[in-house]
Amino acid sequence: MERAVDAPLKRTPLFARHRASTARMTTFAGWEMPETYSGIAAEHLAVRTRAGLFDFSHLGEIEIAGSDSLDALQQLMCTDLAQLRPGHTQYSALLTSGGTFLDDVVVFSLAPRHFLVVVNASNIDRDHAWISERLGAFGDAVAVNVSARYALLAIQGPASEEVLQPLTGIDLPSVKPHAFSHGEVAAVRATVSRTGYTGEEGFELLVPPQSADRVWLAILDAGRSVDLVPAGLGACDTLRLEAGMRLYGYDLNEETTPLEAGLDWMVCWAKDSFSGKAALRRQQSEGVQKKLVGFELMDSGIARPGHRMWADGSLLGRVTSGTRTPFLKKAIGMGYVSAAHAVETFEVEIRHRRVRARVVPMPFYRRQRPFGA
Amino acid sequence: MPPYPHGFKFTPNHEWIQISGDRGKVGITDYAQEQLGEVVYIELPDLGATLNQGESFGTIESIKAVSELYAPVSGEVVEVNSTLKTNPERVNAQPHDSWMIVLRLTKPAEADDLLDSGRYSALLK
Repeated sequence: MERAVDAPLKRTPLFARHRASTARMTTFAGWEMPETYSGIAAEHLAVRTRAGLFDFSHLGEIEIAGSDSLDALQQLMCTDLAQLRPGHTQYSALLTSGGTFLDDVVVFSLAPRHFLVVVNASNIDRDHAWISERLGAFGDAVAVNVSARYALLAIQGPASEEVLQPLTGIDLPSVKPHAFSHGEVAAVRATVSRTGYTGEEGFELLVPPQSADRVWLAILDAGRSVDLVPAGLGACDTLRLEAGMRLYGYDLNEETTPLEAGLDWMVCWAKDSFSGKAALRRQQSEGVQKKLVGFELMDSGIARPGHRMWADGSLLGRVTSGTRTPFLKKAIGMGYVSAAHAVETFEVEIRHRRVRARVVPMPFYRRQRPFGA
Repeated sequence: MPPYPHGFKFTPNHEWIQISGDRGKVGITDYAQEQLGEVVYIELPDLGATLNQGESFGTIESIKAVSELYAPVSGEVVEVNSTLKTNPERVNAQPHDSWMIVLRLTKPAEADDLLDSGRYSALLK
């Protein structure tokens, strides 16, 4: 992979651990990250059926605090953060004035008027600059890039709680979906949230970088009984795609809005104003020009980002994510199609061939929740 | 270092060809499958297709990546290994036994310039 000589790849606190293992490394958003340890398919299936452990320390964290910080975030993000109680997280987005995605983020409410925003690795500096620039207008609010203070580990899969519980004093059953708790994991200070990016039950752990290795090894050790495996970004990508989750830089970017991305539910119209609201209102009344759809191929082949989508000789749009997923064993993908063509089937141009595809509802995969849960 | 079989010829693009008479079985090397990761799809040419040396005869895809397959020498496609269509993962398990196509060589002299197992192994170091 080509890169500028003056931009060395960044490494997480677990880099040496990855290199000392069987991991095959890849580059992602300027970071040298494990792509896979034991094969993408094997890791994918382990997360769907047992548990997998991921290093997501490349993600950034921005702390926002001050007596006016809630008002500020309400203006910078499109969701309703007044609904977010301390100890809970919320999926949200920073939108440009045009209503397009600057980033999609997860907001932790640490305390009233004290937030931690987890942002995509490729956007850390840009998000921080963008937020800081705008905070001045809101009085008492500051944004601090605290990315270097945290390593982020994710344990995902149906056996996650069983593996993690013996390592922590936190009562995990009391940590509800999207909630978090502070405590210790393997005697290391940790913030443990019931969140994830795989469509599976699981937890994410914010820990001090100097102790990340200790937590990593403790979870691998505790996971032996259920055959937990370390997993890389390759499996993360196939898992999140099966679960219908959008990836910034592919399915979401500065050219797409929540309405186009099928994330209408994120937009809190009841707020008086927020960045991008006017543009979204206009788009809502005029109708979107393009819409993200999920699809599966009906013939052999694999759709990849950038492939063109056609119907009746018209270019519909392009594929933004696509792979063959190990669990469903299907070639699936997402892409934006022109709203003028409300199609149910189309063709994906895969090199010199055109392969039939049909629109299917997302998520492609939904985990079976235990009865009563 | 896995053993690269004697009697095979190799290209710097990591294809192999096993020539017998005017026919040659073509596949990809152990190194190539290792780099690709788990193979999930292979697209192969139709019978009768004619290929020039270095021309693409298909594609091989892992979960993450797509690679072109290139003809080590010029020839006509006289057999296609259709079992790889349904079991592409065999390329990972047995790369040097998983031939993809058989070529009838139209310019046999081209094979003289391909790498033998020793030179190919040296290339990977």
